[in-house]
Amino acid sequence: MNELLAGVITGIFFGFIMQKAQVIRYDRQLGALRLQDMTIVKFMLTTILIAMVGIYFLLDLGLIKLSIKPLILGGNILGGLIFGVGWGIVGYCPATAMGALGEGRYDSVFGLLGMMVGAGIFAEFYPMLKRTVLTWGDFGRITLPAALGINHWLIIVILCAAFIGLFVWFEKKGL
Amino acid sequence: MNVLREKKWSPYAAGALAGILLVLSVFITGKYFGASTTFVRAAGFIEQAVAPDKVASMDYFIKEKAKVDWQFMFVIGVLLGSLVSSWISKEKKAVAVPSMWEGRFGPSRMRRWVAAFLGGIVVMFGARLADGCPSGHGLSGLAQIALSGYISLICFFLGGVIIARMLYGGGNSHE
Repeated sequence: MNELLAGVITGIFFGFIMQKAQVIRYDRQLGALRLQDMTIVKFMLTTILIAMVGIYFLLDLGLIKLSIKPLILGGNILGGLIFGVGWGIVGYCPATAMGALGEGRYDSVFGLLGMMVGAGIFAEFYPMLKRTVLTWGDFGRITLPAALGINHWLIIVILCAAFIGLFVWFEKKGL
Repeated sequence: MNVLREKKWSPYAAGALAGILLVLSVFITGKYFGASTTFVRAAGFIEQAVAPDKVASMDYFIKEKAKVDWQFMFVIGVLLGSLVSSWISKEKKAVAVPSMWEGRFGPSRMRRWVAAFLGGIVVMFGARLADGCPSGHGLSGLAQIALSGYISLICFFLGGVIIARMLYGGGNSHE
């Protein structure tokens, strides 16, 4: 199938599902960050749980390839924290900002414009960051099972149990 | 098809569907979900129109060339999918200021839009430094049990929780 057509179709399904789960709303995202409403966390962890099992099953059959981003502590930690600061203010992440716009929440337009400016600013700083922050703690493209030298299915079972334990706790607390 | 007209799906059911969608995407086209690189490409397109020579010489735009690829179409698809979903459940309405924001910061559109724009800049700078957003690092990274995904997603939430606390204070004043 044409790659661009596949992209837009996959995106339409994903946007449809996210709108139905109400995860593209500012109130839901801030609800999670204020530790009051775990809707987006439930959505994300369920997606991860199902996809993790499916992806490793297909990987064992030799039908797919992984696409692991490198672990660079400087970039992942500093960038992650900076992302979080911005996320708490705009209340949308990049994909959900597009979804929010589709739903008519047009404050996300300003968030999206800011994101494009932010990408441009990052491009200006990239040569400097590449020599500094992005060299701090570079461990390459590594997974947790590889780092621990443990069979991936053991890790998957432990993670699934941990996620389900969290879900039970969220429901008990009414989060 | 009544289920498609429902206003809200359980986040677990929706998450499971998104998980299946991610597995199918990897299986059929080899593509993992992600969104933030598209903002670099979009910024590249805009800067190219103004200063093509400069863009051609910038490391980051050489790395992430201004082009329409799978992910670019995926991100556009998210907007379309959300639009269709909210359309058929009759939830589509123009919202200028999210209700939780209004409860805390008042109905000023300008205040919300400026904050969304500035927050957007910070979000994308962080996402590019971390090399991913909650889609790429969060969903795709964790589904592959990538260490970079776990570290980044934890930092996204850590930064977000701290800022949400600063903006809204502690306690459970919501609803």
